[in-house]
Order: sequence, then structure tokens, then C-alpha cells
Amino acid sequence: MELDLALGDIWVYLSASPLLHLTLTVAAYVLADWIFQRSGRKALFNPVLSSIIVLVVILRVTETDYQTYFAGAQFVHFMLGPATVALAIPLYRNLHLIHRLWLPILLTIIIAAIVSTTSAVLIAQWLGASKQTLISLAPKSVTAPVAMGIAEKAGGSPSLSAALVVLTGVLGAVIGTAVLAAVRVRDDRVRGLALGVNSHGIGTARAFQISDLAGAFSALAMGLTALVSAFALPFALRWVFGS
Amino acid sequence: MPLKFIALLLLCQLLGEVLVVWSSQPIPGPVVGLVLLFFGLGLRGGIPEGLGRVVDGLLAHLSLLFVPAGVGVMLHIAMLREEWLAISLALVLSTVVTIAVTGVLMTALIRWVERRRGEH
Repeated sequence: MELDLALGDIWVYLSASPLLHLTLTVAAYVLADWIFQRSGRKALFNPVLSSIIVLVVILRVTETDYQTYFAGAQFVHFMLGPATVALAIPLYRNLHLIHRLWLPILLTIIIAAIVSTTSAVLIAQWLGASKQTLISLAPKSVTAPVAMGIAEKAGGSPSLSAALVVLTGVLGAVIGTAVLAAVRVRDDRVRGLALGVNSHGIGTARAFQISDLAGAFSALAMGLTALVSAFALPFALRWVFGS
Repeated sequence: MPLKFIALLLLCQLLGEVLVVWSSQPIPGPVVGLVLLFFGLGLRGGIPEGLGRVVDGLLAHLSLLFVPAGVGVMLHIAMLREEWLAISLALVLSTVVTIAVTGVLMTALIRWVERRRGEH
């Protein structure tokens, strides 16, 4: 009985402090990443996906609301901004790849960004998804930090976008190479580009398993897709859905 | 860890946010910061070695950084129960279409560029 009381007191103290949920977030990710490494870096064991599931289950079991959780986790969340700025460095490093292929690459990325957004939004709309879902779904192929910014600017939900982006990444990494084989694409530059355009960082990790050339093209495609989308998608979404 | 490079990243983000607010355009501020840093590197003609190291450290665990926001899906569980089919089909079909179109288009365009170069 006394022990129960003491534990209860500690819980009340801890759950009011941001440290608990900050620690929980990092610990869940470290564990998820360990499982991911052990699986041989299979996209299905993506550490973001599994840590989100684990954390949501823990929060629901302990009846903690998202605001309380975020009060702690925001210290991790805050680093997204500087990390997004930092994406300029890999983009700059991979820019030499454009070289003599700049026209095919730019054309492909612009058209692919349009195809990926409109196909997803049209299918979901046809199946009766709500407006907020449609807006949050639109940047699904854009790297998560940028996609969340787009969703926020266009009146969608950044949280929902983050989850859909990760799911899209995993999907593309799992079925992407089979789709490319079905349309008889064998060039590693093209395979990398297609994985990066659709599946951003998770696709890029998969592309590096094909070859370094595929990985570099995927990273380039991910950066350019993020740029094109960040500057065009908020305007397009406001125009289509109003704001 | 050289603090001046952290300051540089924050400064680019801050300038990006200021530009976005000032121009009242719906573009994410950090992306404008990315573009500013990118052009800065172009003007300088390369990446300072220390900056490269700081950024590699920061980006090595980039995916940890969007876990807190991702956990926010718990706010949408009721909606997901209603719309899971629409969302799943949209994600799967759109992924197949996007990857196939990208693959075919890029292959055709590379061939076109190489043929044109062969003629000249």
C-alpha cells in the first residue's frame, strides 16, 4: 500500500515533467533503430513507423494526452527546422550528377511530383476522404520535415502528413524495385531517381542498397522534389481547396 | 562541435521565416533557409569542412526528429477508422503509378537527350 502510494507520487511528479516524454521518445527510437539494424535494414521495420506505434500505444495505455507528451517531445521536434536547412548540404554535394542530364532530371521531377500528388488526392477523394485528409495526403512523397511545413501552410495536419509520408516511404522501398522491373527499367540512375521522387529518405536508403549511383540519384531526386513541392504545392492546394 | 555552424543553420532558418512572414507567401520558412544556404555555398564555391561534419551528425538521425509530430496521428484515430481504405488505396496505387511513370519518362528522356547529342 505504501509502496503503491510512493510509486503513484513518483508517476505524478514524472508525468508533469517534460523529461519523461523526451526520454521516452529517444528511448523508443533507439530500440526501434536497433530492431531495424538487426532486421538487415528492411524498410518494413522502419524505425519511425515502429517507434510511433509503440509511443501511441504507451500514451493510450497511460491515458496521457498528446499535449502533455509534446511538452517533452518538442525539444526533439524543434531540431527539424535547422535539419531542414541542413538538407542544402547533401543537395549541393549531389548537384554534380545533374551535369549533362539537367533537362531530363528537372522535367521528370516536376512531372513526377504532379503525378504523385494528383493521383493520391484524386483516388482518396473518389473514395470519400475528407478535405483535411486530402490536403495532408498531398505532400506524401516529400521528405517529412518539408511535407509537414507544406501541410501546415495549406491548412492540413502536419502530424497526419508525417505519418502518411513515412508510410509512402516504406511502401515505395518495399514494392519500388518490383514496379521498376515490371516496366523494364534497368538503369541505376533511373531506378534511384524513381525511388527518391516517390519515397524520399526511406527510398534513398533502399536505393543505396542497389548501388552508390542509385543512392546518389535518389538523394538528388529527394532534394529536388522537396524544393519543387515546397514552392508550388502550397499555392496549388490553396487554389484547389481554398483556405 | 563548432558552434558557429549551428548558428549558421539557425540564422538561415530565421532569415527564411522572416522572408516568409514579410512576403506573406505560404512557403515553409526552413525551406527558404535551405535555398539561402544553398546559394551561399554556391557563392563560396564549396562546403566548409566543419559545416559538412556538423550537418552529417545532424542528418544521421533525421528520422528521430519527426517522431514527435508523427505520434500526433493519435489525434486522428477516429478519422483513420473511417477513411483507412481511401488512404491505403490512394497510397498504394499512387506509389505504383508514380514510380512507373518516373521510370518510363526518365528512361525516354535520357534516350532522347543522348540521341540529340549523337546527331550534333
